[in-house]
Amino acid sequence: MTEKDEMIVLSGLTRRYGNKTAVDHLNLKVKKGEVFGLLGPNGAGKTTTILMLLGLTEPDEGYAMIDGINCTRNAMEVKKITGYLPDNVGFYPDMTGRENLRFTGRLNGLNEKEIDPKIDELLERVGMTQAADQKAGTYSRGMKQRLGIADILMKDPRVIIMDEPTLGLDPEGMKEFLHLIRQLAEEDGRTILVSSHQLYQIQQICDRVGIFVQGRMIACGTIPELGTALVRENHYALELETQPLDDRLLGFLSGIGGVKNIRREGARLIIESDKDLREQVMSYLYENHYVPTHFRQKGGDLDEIYSSYFEHEEEEAHRHDTAKRGHGRREK
Amino acid sequence: MTQQSVGTAGVKNNVNESVSGSWKRARRNGLGALYRKEMADHIKGRRFLIILLLVAVTTAAGIYGAATGMKDALEADSHFVFLKLYTTGGSSVPSYVSFMALIGPFVGLMLGFDAINSERSNGTLGRLLAQPIYRDNVIIGKFLAGTVLIAILTTASSILTGAAGFLTTGLLPSGEELARVFVYIICTILYICFWLSVAIMFSVFCRHAATSALASIALWVIFAVFVSLLAGFFAGVIYPVETDYQKAVNALANYNCQLYINRMSPYYLYTEAVSSILNPAIRSVNAVTVSQLVGAISGYLPFTQSLMLVWPHLFGLASLTMLAFLISYVKFMRQEIR
Repeated sequence: MTEKDEMIVLSGLTRRYGNKTAVDHLNLKVKKGEVFGLLGPNGAGKTTTILMLLGLTEPDEGYAMIDGINCTRNAMEVKKITGYLPDNVGFYPDMTGRENLRFTGRLNGLNEKEIDPKIDELLERVGMTQAADQKAGTYSRGMKQRLGIADILMKDPRVIIMDEPTLGLDPEGMKEFLHLIRQLAEEDGRTILVSSHQLYQIQQICDRVGIFVQGRMIACGTIPELGTALVRENHYALELETQPLDDRLLGFLSGIGGVKNIRREGARLIIESDKDLREQVMSYLYENHYVPTHFRQKGGDLDEIYSSYFEHEEEEAHRHDTAKRGHGRREK
Repeated sequence: MTQQSVGTAGVKNNVNESVSGSWKRARRNGLGALYRKEMADHIKGRRFLIILLLVAVTTAAGIYGAATGMKDALEADSHFVFLKLYTTGGSSVPSYVSFMALIGPFVGLMLGFDAINSERSNGTLGRLLAQPIYRDNVIIGKFLAGTVLIAILTTASSILTGAAGFLTTGLLPSGEELARVFVYIICTILYICFWLSVAIMFSVFCRHAATSALASIALWVIFAVFVSLLAGFFAGVIYPVETDYQKAVNALANYNCQLYINRMSPYYLYTEAVSSILNPAIRSVNAVTVSQLVGAISGYLPFTQSLMLVWPHLFGLASLTMLAFLISYVKFMRQEIR
């Protein structure tokens, strides 16, 4: 990755509110044209980070840069190339969708002549042409969200930042919306930063995700990377369901070296161990004529990664608090 | 590649700046767009109809008051008839000036009480501030649009009153009378702008529009009603005038003390200023002793002298307006966007 390809760079970014550290020495680099998901529970400091990226909040330490421009010192330039879709985006309820977009165009210093054709084009793109001349106060959540995208695109941004964009959308609207986000990155080559606590949706569209808990980025990478990191560092858990499921099998399983715990969840066995058991178990099943009806190594999907990291982090933070507060633990 | 495009944009901006005037610069920083939007918002909104109605009723009542009271007023003193249109009230209807002093603040409050907090509750503030505009232009644009509307409304209403009197009496206003009315209009604009900036200040501090509206109305009631009551009370405590002896010693001090406390209220400041400017017979706004009046020739103050009399009032009103705006400005600039 060369310097030029890094659209968003956060370095040691820190923001404190009184005693509480909302964002704690955050380091992050997002490449051009990448969709990056900032995942974390509510109150993790996602919105604070975004506000610092837009120069709306000043960091106590460190810096944030977008396309090589310092977000705090030169917020105006950053805001020219960055589109921001806040959580719960709102429009002036007494103005129509079109008027709202026109106002944004004027704020961005667009030429009066180019504003109207551009509005038509963008409304078409987000599928809002039908409702363009209704008052924005009558719009549903999904419509506001789509108008929000058009609003962002008025300034033709190189970087798009979205805060909880999928919140409160119905499944169909969600699908369309995610498709639109993906399109913005792939076809237009825009860099997109999405913050969310809704994991499944984000998983579908992000190139990379960062897991953000209590102001710290505790893991960062592609979804498969996070999965392997989790497996390596934590422990393995194998879900197993066989036909039949008898004591002989249980005996074998508990006899394998490295197995820490076996528990039963309905008809399913969960075998926790500190090494990969798949090959060993499979060959045993085959040789002894068991029929595996379910066989799955846990840790592959984001929800598990997320909850596991989150639990892990909470434990550790607790332990850490009692000992001594510090940082650097994030760099795994 | 990106560096290059940034570079050319910078050059283009520079060329624009040197060619165009301040308006273009204002447009680039969003002040022009914000002002336009606020103006359109005000004028298209339903609230504006209420304001128009309020001003229309005030004007009509003022004209009616002048029409009914004019005869008696002219019998007492037939100079400066045109100005009497503004200051004369009927037996049951107050004058135009006192109507404006009471109703005017509402115009300011209605234009400003939800300026900032409605942006917050609509979720538009974050979106707005993510645009390449300076944050202060948001609040300046709102204040500017409100001020211009107030100026238009006040001027229209005053001219309407004058025109009605002009039509009914057939008297032509003299140049001095016009000048006095002009100063009156300036005073009124300043006074209503003070309430606009108070309303905007509360809209910055309060999260809900209802709270800020109530807070500004409460402040208005305090200034219009309670300050004069408190002034009497405190003056009585500091300079008691219970006994004859106390009356002899403290009368003047008591009166002055009351006056100074009263003048902290913009309502009093405004009424004192406009009644002095519209009534040339008023020679002093402070207490005058009998000894000071010995040898004085009864007559009217020239325009410039009246202006001297109300100059501090004008200045005070302007400073109060600036102060309220400054507080809201600083608070707004330092506020978190959430």
